[in-house]
Amino acid sequence: MTIDQCTALSDTLLQMEQAARFSPCFLIVEVMPRLIWAIPVSLLLMVVSGAIGNLLAVPVAVARIHPNPLLWIPSYLFILLMRGTPLIIQIYLIYYGLGQVFGDIRIDGKRLMQVLPFLKDGIWYAIFALSINTAGYSGEILRGALMAVPHGEVEAGRAFGMSRWLIFRRVTLPRAIRICLPAMSTETVLLLKATSLASLVTVYEVLGTGRYIIQQSLRTYEALVGAAIIYILMVFLLTRILNRLERRLNRDRERPVSSGAMPQAAKA
Amino acid sequence: MDAEPSLIGLLAWGDKGWGDELARGLALTVQISICSYFVGFLLGLAGAGAKLSQHRWANVAGDLYTTLIRALPELLLILLIYYAGTPALVKLLVFTGMASEDLQISPFAAAVIALGFIYGAYLTDVLRGAIQAIPKGQIEAARAYGMHAPLRFRRIVFPQMIRFAIPGMGNQWLNITKDSALISVIGAFEIAKQANIAASGTKEYLFFYSVAALIFLCLTIVSMIVLTRIEKRANRGVSRA
Repeated sequence: MTIDQCTALSDTLLQMEQAARFSPCFLIVEVMPRLIWAIPVSLLLMVVSGAIGNLLAVPVAVARIHPNPLLWIPSYLFILLMRGTPLIIQIYLIYYGLGQVFGDIRIDGKRLMQVLPFLKDGIWYAIFALSINTAGYSGEILRGALMAVPHGEVEAGRAFGMSRWLIFRRVTLPRAIRICLPAMSTETVLLLKATSLASLVTVYEVLGTGRYIIQQSLRTYEALVGAAIIYILMVFLLTRILNRLERRLNRDRERPVSSGAMPQAAKA
Repeated sequence: MDAEPSLIGLLAWGDKGWGDELARGLALTVQISICSYFVGFLLGLAGAGAKLSQHRWANVAGDLYTTLIRALPELLLILLIYYAGTPALVKLLVFTGMASEDLQISPFAAAVIALGFIYGAYLTDVLRGAIQAIPKGQIEAARAYGMHAPLRFRRIVFPQMIRFAIPGMGNQWLNITKDSALISVIGAFEIAKQANIAASGTKEYLFFYSVAALIFLCLTIVSMIVLTRIEKRANRGVSRA
């Protein structure tokens, strides 16, 4: 055994020795404050890529149900690619692949990364990857919802003399969004969980910060448990917010029995 | 290498190219997926049983299991199970005398444990729904015939449960093949890891990650074709409206 191997072995043994003891004190005093500071990064990733992804999902879904093969085939392939390959590969492909492409580009003899230094930051690549991934998944959900819109409503719009664009904007799309709301809230929770993959491309969101703490302190349990607690709380809160939002958007469709209108009617 | 190697040449078999490494990666991905799917299926059966059981504590345990797993990112769960779960398991096995002191858990076993544990939770809900879809009258009829619980499960519940569960189980299979790529972070040499090594070795990131994505896409497409066949075959005796 060489000296290098010996030191490596003793390092790992030391690390195992330290990591073997779970210290609640270290968790609360050291780990939690740093992880809490990382929550905004996770939320930013979720909100920005959720917004971009869901906006992109609309043209993807519309193209997917279009009769023209020049439109539906690319959309079909896009959805297949996004849903058929692991997100981790997509993130690596975008981060390292685009990095490779950008690395070759030179402007006035300078590297592109030097001209635009923000391109070095992993967060843009993570947002890009999460956005197109969301566009694929949400596009497929929205496609189902667009097809589930009752045909009579579209016909009614036509009878009113609405143009095709107006029918889409006022009848089909709002109705479809309402139909796919439950699936969309599930998707949003999945997106929040997926933001943790950004930690693999040097983004210090909750899990990334946790992994950084592990590297620094050589203690594994506390950072991972702390990150787990934060994700559970975030998912719990997000689910409640989405449920409330869903109920609010469907308020006019609630059955009169369950709404507050009944007791008042009884009083009158 | 002397000459500028072509990109296709990088996929050659043997020492020069990365074709055999990627093929071995694919084999490992499939192995990990199948093994962890099997573990997940057994855990899912246990979880569904717990959730549908009469005992309150079993219900609570089942709910806790699925809620926690669903709320946590898969990557975090894999790290957590790998760093915290497997040492605890080793300690437990050593303590109960089922293994010797020098027991080492390989990345493969850790991957199977982690993914199996995660997908056990997802399959719990799939299987629970499938069991609930079985008409109650049939189980009562079986009970009236004097069938005991294991026989009832084997002859009445299980065959129908599988038929109802096939679409959900198929989705989870597609997810598990994709999530197996996360195992690369704990050092199992599956497709993502092999692509990682090949890409950083040759600096051809775009090419190797595209190849990895293509391999996963083929795996998904083949799985989808097989799943449609299975579904058709399972429903061959059922009339459709």
